[in-house]
Amino acid sequence: MKSGSNLEKILEAGHFAFTGELGPPRGANAEEVRKKAAFLKGNVDSVNITDNQTAMVRMSSWASCILLLQEGIEPNYQMVCRDRNRLAMQSDILGAYAHGIRNILCLSGDHCKFGDHPQAKGVFDVDSMQLIAMVKQMRDEEKFLSGAELDGAPKMFIGAAANPFADPFEWRVHRLAKKIAAGVDFIQTQCIYNMEKFREYIKQANDMGLTEKAYVLAGVTPMKSVGMAKYMKNKVPGMDVPDEIIQRLQGVDKKKQGEEGIKIAVEQIEEFKEMKGVAGVHLMAIEWEHKVPEIAEMAKVLPRPKVD
Amino acid sequence: MIVAKRKPIEEIKELLSGYQKVLNVGCGTCVSVCLVGGEKEVNILNAEIEMSRKMEDNPIEMGAACVERQCDREFLAALDDKVGEYEALMSMACGVGIQFLAERFPDKPVLPAVNTTGLAVNQDIGWYEERCRSCGNCVLGWTAGICPVTMCAKSLYNGPCGGTNKGSCEIHTDQPCAWHMIYERLSQQGRLDLLMKVHPANDWQDIGPRTLIQPGYEKTVEEGQKK
Repeated sequence: MKSGSNLEKILEAGHFAFTGELGPPRGANAEEVRKKAAFLKGNVDSVNITDNQTAMVRMSSWASCILLLQEGIEPNYQMVCRDRNRLAMQSDILGAYAHGIRNILCLSGDHCKFGDHPQAKGVFDVDSMQLIAMVKQMRDEEKFLSGAELDGAPKMFIGAAANPFADPFEWRVHRLAKKIAAGVDFIQTQCIYNMEKFREYIKQANDMGLTEKAYVLAGVTPMKSVGMAKYMKNKVPGMDVPDEIIQRLQGVDKKKQGEEGIKIAVEQIEEFKEMKGVAGVHLMAIEWEHKVPEIAEMAKVLPRPKVD
Repeated sequence: MIVAKRKPIEEIKELLSGYQKVLNVGCGTCVSVCLVGGEKEVNILNAEIEMSRKMEDNPIEMGAACVERQCDREFLAALDDKVGEYEALMSMACGVGIQFLAERFPDKPVLPAVNTTGLAVNQDIGWYEERCRSCGNCVLGWTAGICPVTMCAKSLYNGPCGGTNKGSCEIHTDQPCAWHMIYERLSQQGRLDLLMKVHPANDWQDIGPRTLIQPGYEKTVEEGQKK
């Protein structure tokens, strides 16, 4: 065991993992975190806490992670390269581990331009690949990036994101290989809508032996409406939403679009359970945390297994 | 070359408020080529300032000068006899030139009329694109001659990130993705294996003022310091 996190135990035991996500509030409202977390408790193996997602200032990821720990939920600490240099990153990782955080997801981070402080200077002292390598070095070699020894190594289960759809498509599986070479234990992919392309991607990953080296969790985000689907298709960089998805949502009554979106997500999860190379699903129900119990139920991933 | 952009006239006027006689100094090198701070631009700006101040009933006398290179002592010496009659100096050179002018005449306030924006190429008349951040650690050898530090909005060393958008950067559809271009060119050259290496955290060089002494000139510097 590298970290002993629940997520690692579930995956090691060969269970199909099911992880969730929670966006911290735009303020110091801890109650909001607890409220959202309640919907996730018992329904997922670990909950990703986003780190100033879309470059909007929110309650810090590690602080929200601690709130989850207090509620008896395992967090997955997301860390982006945009807001901190290597000193701040390493000290936050040490602090997070000291508080009981055992999973970390290493990300580049959306550009500041998208957020509420577009004038901010993006740090990017290290990139996501280098962050992965840095956390691995801290964990396995018990050394800081500088090479100096650590007094108490943070034994983290190291994750990263992968976008199978952003171009150049041919390069994406190699980028996955690179993240594995840098030291990731698990991958959570970008939201998948183009299943055909994802099947091709995971086949490439299987053929290259990558899915044996790291656990790949397929990213699922249920569409709430036609509007959301169109927004994802046209406005979110690197997102691939086929027209069939939009047409299917358009085919039902406006009030039922959310229901249809959940149906699509459940069908996807059913397929991922059977797909070679997919070790689990990462459900990103964006501002829809209260729907997670229903989706988990419909996708027949409950009860969540317990591994000691 | 070094490129710069003229400051808004309101900001320039704000800098000049309180002065009645100022010498505006252009530079005949980079900023002249990029059409912002040469002899012609000095005269245009001076006319604009004088006209504007006259209309406000607060006239100012703007002198004009243009030296070959403001980053070279030899050329700045040409101003030695001139500056005495002015209250302040304005410079239309890059940030380097402005500072060297201020160093030459430490008794005079020196005011910048331009913002230095970077090291750029000339794509067409009046159109410049940044290509180098002078990071001090050139990676162009394995990035197909395309600088990710400058051209990637996140300065990634192991890109592309997940935000590529049909060849564009996530920040704007008009901005090509540097890593997409690097991928394409390396692919064309049959050198894609270069992208497989995980490049370690960068040893940043631009974290403090840098001094460069070319090999063989160490002695000259020592002597200069003694003086």
